Amino acid sequence: MLKIDNLHAGVEGNEILNGINLEVNAGEVHAIMGPNGSGKSTLAAVIAGKEEFEVTEGTVILDGEDLEDSAPEERAHKGIFMSFQYPVEIPGVTVTNFMRTAINESRKARGLEEMPANQMLKLIREKSELLEIDRKFLSRSLNEGFSGGEKKRNEIFQMAMLEPKLAILDETDSGLDIDALRIVANGVNKLRSESNAVIVITHYQRLLEYIVPDYVHVLHEGKIVKSGTKELALELEEKGYDWIKNEAVV
Amino acid sequence: MDLKEKLVSSFLAFENNIDVDHPVHDIRSEAIKNFEIKGFPSKKEEAWKYTSLSGLQKTNFSIFPKEENALEYREVKKYFLHEIDTYKIVFIDGIYSSYLSETTHDGVDVCLMSAALTKPMYRQIIELYFNKVASTEESLTTLNTAFSKEGAYIYIPKNKVPKKPIEILHFSTGNEASLMLQPRNLIIAEENAELQVIERHQSLTENEVLTNSVTEIFAAKNAIVDYYKVQNDTKKASLIDNTYISQKDTSVVKVHTFSFGGKLTRNNLNFYQDGQHIDSTMKGVTILSEKQHVDHHTLVHHKEPNCESHQDYKGIYGERSTGVFNGKIIVDKIAQKTNAFQQNNNILISDKATINTKPQLEIFADDVKCSHGCTIGQLDEEALFYLQSRGIPKKEASALLMYAFANNVLESVRIPELKRRINKLIANKLGVRLGFDL
Ligand SMILES: Nc1ncnc2c1ncn2[C@@H]1O[C@H](COP(=O)(O)OP(=O)(O)O)[C@@H](O)[C@H]1O
Ligand SMILES: [Mg+2]
Repeated sequence: MLKIDNLHAGVEGNEILNGINLEVNAGEVHAIMGPNGSGKSTLAAVIAGKEEFEVTEGTVILDGEDLEDSAPEERAHKGIFMSFQYPVEIPGVTVTNFMRTAINESRKARGLEEMPANQMLKLIREKSELLEIDRKFLSRSLNEGFSGGEKKRNEIFQMAMLEPKLAILDETDSGLDIDALRIVANGVNKLRSESNAVIVITHYQRLLEYIVPDYVHVLHEGKIVKSGTKELALELEEKGYDWIKNEAVV
Repeated sequence: MDLKEKLVSSFLAFENNIDVDHPVHDIRSEAIKNFEIKGFPSKKEEAWKYTSLSGLQKTNFSIFPKEENALEYREVKKYFLHEIDTYKIVFIDGIYSSYLSETTHDGVDVCLMSAALTKPMYRQIIELYFNKVASTEESLTTLNTAFSKEGAYIYIPKNKVPKKPIEILHFSTGNEASLMLQPRNLIIAEENAELQVIERHQSLTENEVLTNSVTEIFAAKNAIVDYYKVQNDTKKASLIDNTYISQKDTSVVKVHTFSFGGKLTRNNLNFYQDGQHIDSTMKGVTILSEKQHVDHHTLVHHKEPNCESHQDYKGIYGERSTGVFNGKIIVDKIAQKTNAFQQNNNILISDKATINTKPQLEIFADDVKCSHGCTIGQLDEEALFYLQSRGIPKKEASALLMYAFANNVLESVRIPELKRRINKLIANKLGVRLGFDL
């Protein structure tokens, strides 16, 4: 589904990603771990099409199609979704209106009619119940004054609404207490199927107990320095990242 | 002949058509003298530093329309707030159109300035109020005073509330190559009275129009006045709006100005607080493109203790448009416990657009709360990316952010159909169709 080949990207001449190779197939869950500043969020943002980052080399291919010239919204229409590490506060736009616009723009891009209002409301109700989101939140301004945990839950609510093919969760677990973590993981697991895939970016093993990965990759200084199965995550939790760093130098 | 000379010499012809024995005529004669001395303001004056009238002065405007022009309702229906029932005072090329209007004398007077200025039954009120708050110094206001003859006259007696909002509409047909209009409005809300007014100037062609309008509003004790100015005129229409408001104890006056169109628009909005516990509110949304220019000059004069004023102006400037915000607040020495707030936030969406924003505070009392702030920024890139990453195209995402930016100014619009209308105008102006009403 997703094939990243020798990806180099950076900002104003500073390389942040230097040669990422990653292949994600339908039905798989990949975890990406790594110390702060190793480039995890940058990788997620580059896949989502953030123009701030310049791709200097390599390719990102989704279902055989090079994404190089695709705007972020086009990538969304193709089924990419990124849950933001730091969701943006947008005063004056309610969660409901935002979702309605997002869904209908995606439908428009696929040549579909707008979703009828009652169907939209039903969908919103269903998905907000899944994420145990209070109805009152839906008429509030997007992320404005939300707690860290509420923001993350709201991200997964959006994911559940949009049903992406490839979901990238950037530290969705940070700021969540154990109950919220369970709710969020449940939301993600509900979406999992043979035809879609999830990339989970996290610091901690904790989330991976709920969203069990097929593969774990360690990112260090813009490169994947080690890949393995879910046991690797446990090992990292125990030993920290230093041994990986040392290994990488060797 | 330049415009000033033409106007001054036209005054004699104007006098031939009006009752020169009426006491108002002395006011007119004084006013034309003042204008003759001062002429049009130039960019050398601080208050006109960023707005030039020199191009307009070179245009050969007709001062009086040559003939009466008619319009069919269906031609202009869309400019009315036709979703609801309203009183309407309509002018076509400066001349009252009884056909398009719906006036009333049922408990309240919603009618014509020409009637108020000539009929004996209005004489007492005219003597009490006419030209009593409008400036006798400011040259463009005195120019309007000199030619004052027609406009809207609204009188709401004590404890009365008109059954419906009042629309004041000025159409120009373009039958003159270039036309100058000088409407004069007088609006009086007596004690406990309440009213809502929507004012709009609309040119129906691309011919040049210059409107120099003066509106006097008197809000007596406890009166509530909501005034909405919808400025969405064509590319060749210029408007100088001079509005003067006098408020008495515990009155509440709110003026909303929506500036989306026109070539050059200057809003001189002046509040005078002649009592205590007064609330004066000014809100504005300005969205400009091409080479449009809008200049908001506001004044609040706090003359008594315990009053409030609120100003919130939002501007979005694209292409080569230019904007000005100058907010003057005067707090007299006796006006203790004044609360005066002023906010002007701007987004420049093109690097060729400019905004000049300036608070001007003259505070002589010591126990006051005054706050002011202005910002000039771009659209938040991070927020744009966030919306785009959810599938909302850049253009729509920008529009959504601009909507959100302007949104809190719309919250205080108390006529829902008008609010919806303004939302549509904003969407049109931003060139998008969003799937919902904000
Ligand atoms: N917009 C940016 N401009 C400049 N440097 C950036 C930018 N974004 C990230 N970086 C740098 O790139 C590196 C990786 O950052 P990031 O991808 O956020 O790491 P992680 O998510 O793994 O903690 C850091 O050194 C960070 O300072
Ligand atoms: Mg990160």
